[in-house]
Amino acid sequence: MPNGDIGIRPQSELSWSRKSANIMSNVAAVGAAALVLLPLGAIFVYLLMKGIGSINIAFLTQTPKPVGEPGGGMANAIAGSAMILAMASCIGVPLGIGSGIYLSEFGRNRFGDSVRFVADVLNGVPSIVIGIAVYSLVVVPQKHFSAFSGAVALGIMMIPTIARTTEEMLLMVPQSIREAAYGLGISQWRTTISIALRTATSGVITGVMLAFARVAGETAPLLFTAFGNQYWSHSLNQPTAALPLQIFTYAISPFEEWHRQAWAGALILIVLIVGAVTAVRVVAGRGMVRASN
Amino acid sequence: MAASEVPSNSPAVKPPKVATTVEIPKPKPESLKDFGVLGQSRFGSSAGVRVADNIFRGAMLVSALSIFGIVLLVLWELIQKSQMTLHQFGWKFFIGSDWDPVAGNFGALPFIYGTIVSSILALIIAVPLSVGVAVFTTEMCPKALRTPISFMVELLAAIPSVIYGLWAIFVLAPLLRNYVQPWLAKTLGWTGLFSGPPYGIGMLAAGVILAIMIIPIIASVTREVLIAVPQNQREGVLALGATRWEMIRTGVLRNARIGIVGGVILGLGRALGETMAVTMVIGNRPEIAKSLFAPGYTMASVIANEFSEASDDLYLSALVEIGLALFIVTMIVNALARLLVWSITRGTPARAHA
Repeated sequence: MPNGDIGIRPQSELSWSRKSANIMSNVAAVGAAALVLLPLGAIFVYLLMKGIGSINIAFLTQTPKPVGEPGGGMANAIAGSAMILAMASCIGVPLGIGSGIYLSEFGRNRFGDSVRFVADVLNGVPSIVIGIAVYSLVVVPQKHFSAFSGAVALGIMMIPTIARTTEEMLLMVPQSIREAAYGLGISQWRTTISIALRTATSGVITGVMLAFARVAGETAPLLFTAFGNQYWSHSLNQPTAALPLQIFTYAISPFEEWHRQAWAGALILIVLIVGAVTAVRVVAGRGMVRASN
Repeated sequence: MAASEVPSNSPAVKPPKVATTVEIPKPKPESLKDFGVLGQSRFGSSAGVRVADNIFRGAMLVSALSIFGIVLLVLWELIQKSQMTLHQFGWKFFIGSDWDPVAGNFGALPFIYGTIVSSILALIIAVPLSVGVAVFTTEMCPKALRTPISFMVELLAAIPSVIYGLWAIFVLAPLLRNYVQPWLAKTLGWTGLFSGPPYGIGMLAAGVILAIMIIPIIASVTREVLIAVPQNQREGVLALGATRWEMIRTGVLRNARIGIVGGVILGLGRALGETMAVTMVIGNRPEIAKSLFAPGYTMASVIANEFSEASDDLYLSALVEIGLALFIVTMIVNALARLLVWSITRGTPARAHA
C-alpha cells in the first residue's frame, strides 16, 4: 500500500467514505465468519450437554424399551448401522475406485468428461430420490424392507464421491512414475494398480472415508428401505434398525425419555463422523484434501 | 491367460510391440520376475499383457458406466412408478393445491410452494454469510487461522441432516419462538410475512436450518473460485491505490462472480432436496400461507412422511411423481451449477490452497 513517506498518496487523502467502507467490510467478513461458526459450536455444545448423560452401558448393549419404561438403548441400531454401512461400502468402494481409475487413466476425452459430469450431478441428487428408486428396484420385488436394500441405496450414494476423489488423487501421482514403470516393461494394469494407486493410497482412503462419513448419517433413503426395527434383526432380509433412523423416530416422538436417547444417539453418530473426517485430515496431510461437495 | 494363443500370435504381433514392452526388459529378465507379469516367457508376454490390459480397461469402463446406469435406472424407475398419476392428472398435478389421499385428489402445489419458499429463504440468509466467510478466509484472516476455519466450515457440512433436525427442534425452534419471531412480528409485521402465532417451527425455522446446511457448500465453492483469481490482479488494483475492500470488490469478487453464482446454484440444489432437517421443523401442513411463521410442507418431506404408509397405488404414484419432479429439477440445477463452476476453475489446479 502506498503511504505517506512515499508521498504519492498520503493516508489522509483517503476519503472518509472509502475508509469507512473498508472498515465496515472487514467487520462484515469477520462477523460472517463468526456467525457461520456459531451454529457449529452450538450444535456440539448441545450434543455434549444433552447426550453425554444418557450414554451408559445399557444404552450401548440393550434394545429399545417400550414407551413408559425407562432405560433401554440403541445397541440394535448401532449394529444395524454398522451392518448396512459395511454392505454399502462393499458396493460403493469398488465401483467408486474403478470409476476413478477409469477417469484418471483412460478418461481424458469427451466420454470421460461426460462420466465426470454425470458423477458430479449424481452427487447432488437428493438422497430421498435414491431411496424411492431403490424401494421400487429392490424392496418391491422382494416384498419387504431389508438391510440389503438400505445398503444398496447408501452404496449408490458413495460412488460419485469416491470416484471423483480417487481420480483427483491419481492425477496427482507424477506421470514420470508411470513412465518409469512402463519403461521397465510393466503392463498398464499392473502399473495402475501396484504403482499409481498405491502411491495415491492415502488420498483414496480419504475419499472413501468422506463418502462413508456422508452416508453414515443418511436417514431419508433408509426410511423406506431399511425401515427401522425395535428389535435385533438377524438377517439381511429383515427390516433393520439404523442409528440415524432411531434418532429421527425418537426426536419427533412426544416422550421426554426418547428425546434424551435421541441426543445420546446423535452424540455417538457425530463422534463417529467427526472421527472419520478428522482421521481423513490426518491421513491426507494438512489442507490437501477437502470435503468434495 | 490366452497362453495357447501366444506362440502363434507372437511373430505377427511382435514388431510393433518391440519398442514399448518387450525390448527393454530383455537385458535383465530375471530381476523383473518380481512383477509377475513378465518372466514366464520373454516372447509370450506381449499378447498376454495386452489381453490383461484390455480386461482391466474393460472392468474400469464398466464401473464408470455404472454411474450412467444408476442415473438412467433411477429415472426409468421413477417414470415407471408414476405412470398412473402422470396419466390421470397430467399438468394439473403441479397446479392443484388439494392434497387428499383419501378422496384420491392429488395436487402438489403446496409442496412445490414450500420447497421454493424455504429454499429461497435459505439462500437469502446463506449467500451473504457464505461469501463473507469465503472472503474472510481467502483475503483477510491471518494464515494461521485459515486451515482451522475452513476445516470447521467443512465440519458443518459433515453433520448429518438428522442431527441438524434434532438440534433445530429443541434449540432453534424455541429460540425463534421466544425471541426472534416476536421481534420480527413487531418490527416487520406490517409486511404480512411475519404474522400469526409464533410456533417456532414453520417455514422460517426450515429456512434458517437449510441456510446453516448449505453455507458450507456455497462457502467452499466460493473459496475455490476466489483462490482461482490471479494474484497479480489483486496487486494491480492495490497498486492503483485501492483500499482492501475496493480491491476485493473490483479485483476479486467481480472476476469471480460467475463462479460464485455457480456455488449459489449448487447450494440451491442441496436446499431443494434436503429432507430430514426440514421435515422435522417445517410443521408438515399442506397449505399455502403468506406468513413465514405458518407451517408448510416440502416435496422431499411429504415423500419422507407419507411414502411408507401410502396404501394404494394412486397415492404411491403421486408421491413418486413428486420424487420425479424433484429429481429432474435438482439434476438441472446441479448441471447448471457445475457448468458455471467448471468454467471458472478449470485450468487452475483443483486442489490449490491458499
